[in-house]
Amino acid sequence: MSNRGTPLVELRDISIAFGGVKAVDHVSIDLHPGEVVGLLGHNGAGKSTLIKCLSGAYQKDSGEILINGQRVEIRNPRDARAQNIETIYQTLALADNLDAASNLFLGRELVTPMGLVDDARMEAETRKIMGRLNPNFRKFKEPVKALSGGQRQSVAIARAVYFNARILIMDEPTAALGPHETQMVAELIQELKAQGLGIFLIEHDIHNVMKLCDRASVMKNGQLVGTVNVNEVTDEDILGMIILGKKPEGVAC
Amino acid sequence: MTNAAPPSGQKKPSLLKNLELDTRLLGMIGAFVLICLVFNVITDGRFLTARNIFNLSIQTVSVAIMATGMVFVIVTRHIDLSVGAVLAMSSAVMGVLQVQLLPHALGLGIGHPLIAPITIVGGLLTGTLIGALNGWLIGYQRIPAFIVTLGGLLIWRNFGWYLSDGQTLGPLDAHFLLLGGIEGTLGTTLSWALGVILSLAALWAIWQARAAKIRHEFPVKPIWAEVTMMGVAVAAIMGLVAIYNAYEMPVGRLKRMFAERGEVMPDGFSASYGMPISVLLLVIVAVAMTVLARRTRLGRYIFATGGNPDAAELSGINTRMLTVKIFALMGFLCGLSAVVAQARLSNHANDIGTLDELRVIAAAVIGGTALAGGIGTIYGAILGAVIMQSLQSGMAMVGVDAPFQNIIVGSVLVIAVWIDIQYRKRTGEKL
Repeated sequence: MSNRGTPLVELRDISIAFGGVKAVDHVSIDLHPGEVVGLLGHNGAGKSTLIKCLSGAYQKDSGEILINGQRVEIRNPRDARAQNIETIYQTLALADNLDAASNLFLGRELVTPMGLVDDARMEAETRKIMGRLNPNFRKFKEPVKALSGGQRQSVAIARAVYFNARILIMDEPTAALGPHETQMVAELIQELKAQGLGIFLIEHDIHNVMKLCDRASVMKNGQLVGTVNVNEVTDEDILGMIILGKKPEGVAC
Repeated sequence: MTNAAPPSGQKKPSLLKNLELDTRLLGMIGAFVLICLVFNVITDGRFLTARNIFNLSIQTVSVAIMATGMVFVIVTRHIDLSVGAVLAMSSAVMGVLQVQLLPHALGLGIGHPLIAPITIVGGLLTGTLIGALNGWLIGYQRIPAFIVTLGGLLIWRNFGWYLSDGQTLGPLDAHFLLLGGIEGTLGTTLSWALGVILSLAALWAIWQARAAKIRHEFPVKPIWAEVTMMGVAVAAIMGLVAIYNAYEMPVGRLKRMFAERGEVMPDGFSASYGMPISVLLLVIVAVAMTVLARRTRLGRYIFATGGNPDAAELSGINTRMLTVKIFALMGFLCGLSAVVAQARLSNHANDIGTLDELRVIAAAVIGGTALAGGIGTIYGAILGAVIMQSLQSGMAMVGVDAPFQNIIVGSVLVIAVWIDIQYRKRTGEKL
């Protein structure tokens, strides 16, 4: 699975430290188009920190990031967006006091020829994409703090999908969701994968990883334990990697 | 898109729902009307005379202009304690410019038509630069706004003091005085014309909003509700103009005006003030700030940053530069308020704008701006300023003792916020 020409994303030898603590220690992972790579590990293993170097929320201390084989500098979230990298954060980076459309287009508002924000057109576009992602969504006028966890999640996902992301980062997208909504997200991931997007999925639930991911990269104490093809290992093997930090024997990575 | 049928028992949307009115706004208008009526009864009808309403409005303008800027500052979870001091500094610069520098040092001579524009630009520039400096210290150097502007409160008024040598500067340029209120009004005809123009603009805005909704096939209000809103808007605008036009100039003043032109006033001649230019200025500021808040990216980013600063940053908004812009705008509005305040008082004195920071913050907060950030409206802040000023001048008219005046104003501030919290609990809004 991993030998298919130039990867969409390559993170090479990334390190980042916070006041002497090495949160990420010389980690290399990659991602191909149409592939879902799971990132696993305990809380504090460094998964979120690693991925935030790609989304522009943090800056790496050393290492390099390649998109389609080209070296790129990602200094802030704007740089990441310019590379068609979209992120769905664990904490759902939504402005609670604004409505769904304002959140969806935040930072990329549609404007009228006079340069004023075009609320009506943004709401119409929001209705269109939500009709596809979550047809039960009705609360277009309310601030998003009035929405349920699943509805908020669908706004966050709609935001990432609407702008034609090539690389999608999902940080525990189903953590706050009920079974029905989790299923919705799973179907969406399959659909996006079929469209050729590359997806990094940070996930705690082994069951979801086995179901959704093609490969899994496991981190422990800021270091990469290993990357495995999910269909070549059992969930026991992956648990072993997470807990003991040991790679299963006889598995090509 | 079709709407799901409303659940039974709610088949007829209530009157308020149909009008899509902000109940908070209605509450504030209700409180304002109550204040006016009570004072009117106590003063035997002197409170709601054309003359008092005219004076009330020109006294409100300066604080109201700054309150619109304070909304943006508070919405982004900052505070500006230096607005009164920045106003004083801008006023000092303008005083020195028009009384000493331009007519004498630069030799333009008293009454030169360029004095007023250069002075005003100088005042606005002073305010904007100080505001931008505040914003840079807060946004880029990460010093809390409370500290930066608390320092500014001490710094800028005394800079102004130093600049003006502590003197009261006057008399001011004749053209400049037009912006203060009583010296600069539009007169009857122009006021009516302006009223018609503003009414037409309001009608157009309401109609455009409806047309945009129809274009995108969103549900719209019933047509009678739109017509009612249009009627209310036009009645409010024309009513205010009618009041200003009902305030007649005193005979002595008219005689003096005729005498200045070398004429004699005919018997039975009368003329009204009409709308003060300073009030027109406030209307322009209010419209511009509302458009900025609701219809521009800058406004959208201000509210997004107030609602969730991290989300705004992650969405690619440059929140540091945004802080500079917000405080620079606040500074600009302080400069503008300095123009109005100085022209109304017809001189610059060191104590100009003293305690204005508290009045401005109180106006914004009474107007529904939440100190937790993310929530606030321009019209609310202006209404807050009007309510504060009505209370103050009403109490002065009634003859309430000075200590009680302040006690009451302070209590009203606290009670207003308490009512607001209760209201939000009721409507299920999270705080």
